[in-house]
Amino acid sequence: MVAKEVALDLYRRLLGIRTFEEKAAELWHQGHISGELHLYSGQEAVSAGVCAHLRPEDPTAADHRGHGPLLAKGVDFKKMMGELLGRRTGLCQGKGGHMHLFDPSLSYGCGSIIGAAMPLALGPALVAKMQNRDLVSAVFFGEGAANQGTFHESLNLAALWKLPVLFVCHDNRWAVSVPKAQSTAVPWNADRASAYGIPGVLVDGMDAVAVYEAAGPLVQRARRGEGPSLLEATCYRFRGHFETDPLVYLPPGEIEEWKAKDPIPKLERHIIESGFGTDQDLKRIREEIRAQVERAAEFALSSPWPEPELATQHVFV
Amino acid sequence: MARELTFAEAIHEAIEQEMARDPKIFILGEDVQLLRHPLLQKFGEERVRNTPISESAFIGAATGAAYSGMRPIVELMMIDFFGVAADQIMNHMAKITYLSAGQLKVPLVIRASCGGGYGDGAHQSQTIWALFAHMPGLKVVIPSTPYDAKGLMIQAIRDDNPVLYLEHKLLADYWLGLLAGANRYKDIQAEFSVPKAGTKGQVPEEPYTVPLGRGEVRRPGKDLTVVSVGVMVHRALAVAEHLAAEGKSLEVIDLRTLVPLDRRTVIDSVKKTRKLLVVDEDHKSYGLSGEIAASVAEEAAGSLDDYKRVAALDTSIPFSLALERVMLPSEESIERAARAMLK
Repeated sequence: MVAKEVALDLYRRLLGIRTFEEKAAELWHQGHISGELHLYSGQEAVSAGVCAHLRPEDPTAADHRGHGPLLAKGVDFKKMMGELLGRRTGLCQGKGGHMHLFDPSLSYGCGSIIGAAMPLALGPALVAKMQNRDLVSAVFFGEGAANQGTFHESLNLAALWKLPVLFVCHDNRWAVSVPKAQSTAVPWNADRASAYGIPGVLVDGMDAVAVYEAAGPLVQRARRGEGPSLLEATCYRFRGHFETDPLVYLPPGEIEEWKAKDPIPKLERHIIESGFGTDQDLKRIREEIRAQVERAAEFALSSPWPEPELATQHVFV
Repeated sequence: MARELTFAEAIHEAIEQEMARDPKIFILGEDVQLLRHPLLQKFGEERVRNTPISESAFIGAATGAAYSGMRPIVELMMIDFFGVAADQIMNHMAKITYLSAGQLKVPLVIRASCGGGYGDGAHQSQTIWALFAHMPGLKVVIPSTPYDAKGLMIQAIRDDNPVLYLEHKLLADYWLGLLAGANRYKDIQAEFSVPKAGTKGQVPEEPYTVPLGRGEVRRPGKDLTVVSVGVMVHRALAVAEHLAAEGKSLEVIDLRTLVPLDRRTVIDSVKKTRKLLVVDEDHKSYGLSGEIAASVAEEAAGSLDDYKRVAALDTSIPFSLALERVMLPSEESIERAARAMLK
């Protein structure tokens, strides 16, 4: 059981991700966003539940499907939408785009190479340890990345040096079109943690409260200097790998089956049943966030393009 | 005050002085507590950290530490090993500053040995500096003398960008001793044709920097411009000395860094000599020798009457010394090319 404040905080984080991304999808389909778009829809509870324990200065790294943790940490919607649209006002002045987002104010960075964020996440964790700061470095990736060498190298090094890292694996069942059963020799990645002598926890990633409760002790443990752990959260990509995914590889009915477990209505029911809020309260939150997202979209659409000179700047500082 | 140091001692002194100056500097890599034992004794195991053989993990960690405020020196032992960590180097270390629009800086040095000439085979003898110079976002430093080894290392450490610092194994005596087995030979330097001027030289005791991106005219001349880097600078100087006896005047330029590249010094020299020979221990195709030719063609095509290159052949590096000799540039092959151009 979580307190009212926690439940409502989780709800805002879930809705922030979902609402922002629905708008991003709309803008992508209208041609305002170029390239690929890998949305986090369906996985929101994982980022919301973990990031509710993080401070802005806790280093956070992710992969190509990196909107979730950044939105859950409370990114400025306008700057993020500006970046998705490749505008001058974006987080990275339009140089990163949706798969390469950097927000130093939230110690956040992501990149689109599968498994690459884990080694990078060790760095700030090492610095925190060397400087005796109680930061936790959280790194988000998918179950597909858990078969990269970097996963094993990073778990080993983090465990060896007792670094404050939380490895968060989204088990969304699919690595593009390859099911986990065809890619992974063991049923659960959480079990792989035992190979490195660290805790591995499996949680229902469609339940924000469950993720929050599972992540809490792991984050606190890292903060106390007791070392890394691995959290595996079962979840699902409601929109497939990316917006042009033909989805032909999916068993019939699978998406619908998982959509029935949507973390947002689940948390709404929990809030109402626990007496934490009414339908009206939740509606007000939804409208408030919707309005913020609309303002962010208007801001991004009316933002200038980056000046041509920017293309050759920042190769070096 | 300057005194004679070896190439390796000069690098060591640079790092020792910088580590004493700035507590943000630390070393990590395989076997560094063995290879950098004096630094371990002075600065302790927090700042001289052995790592597992996990190049992706510890190079990625170094990048993450660099953008989190530290200034790591990460050792890759041999540049040949970069492949297992190529993604971390080329997609992350090199690009994060650009992708973040300059919000994140990555002040880091990758220190690696490079080069052949001692019969160690394909995975231990490469230079492959062009691969890194090709990648926007990495600086590439290749010292050829103890003086430059110290000054360039200090500058590399103080640079706010990732810098690849390559030390040639024929110049760094401890590498040659370890890898070639010094105790087997009466004179290991003669056995492997080590250029003496590169292995020992006058080095000021106080810290100083050599700027990145400024080549050095090692020998002025008027008949032919020879451009090179690393050990091959010394081979070119030997050839210049040899041909001077016949009244031929070679100008030898040591680029010292590939990124930034001092095109100006090369072009100014070519305008004077009108002939350009590039000597490169890296492979011939798609590398430094082509880049220098293209740079001159773009800016001073009218000043160039003749161009040749002597570079490592486009093969893997063979083990047998009898074959490696054929594959790598040598004083003989450089002299042959120079003579052909000076007819």
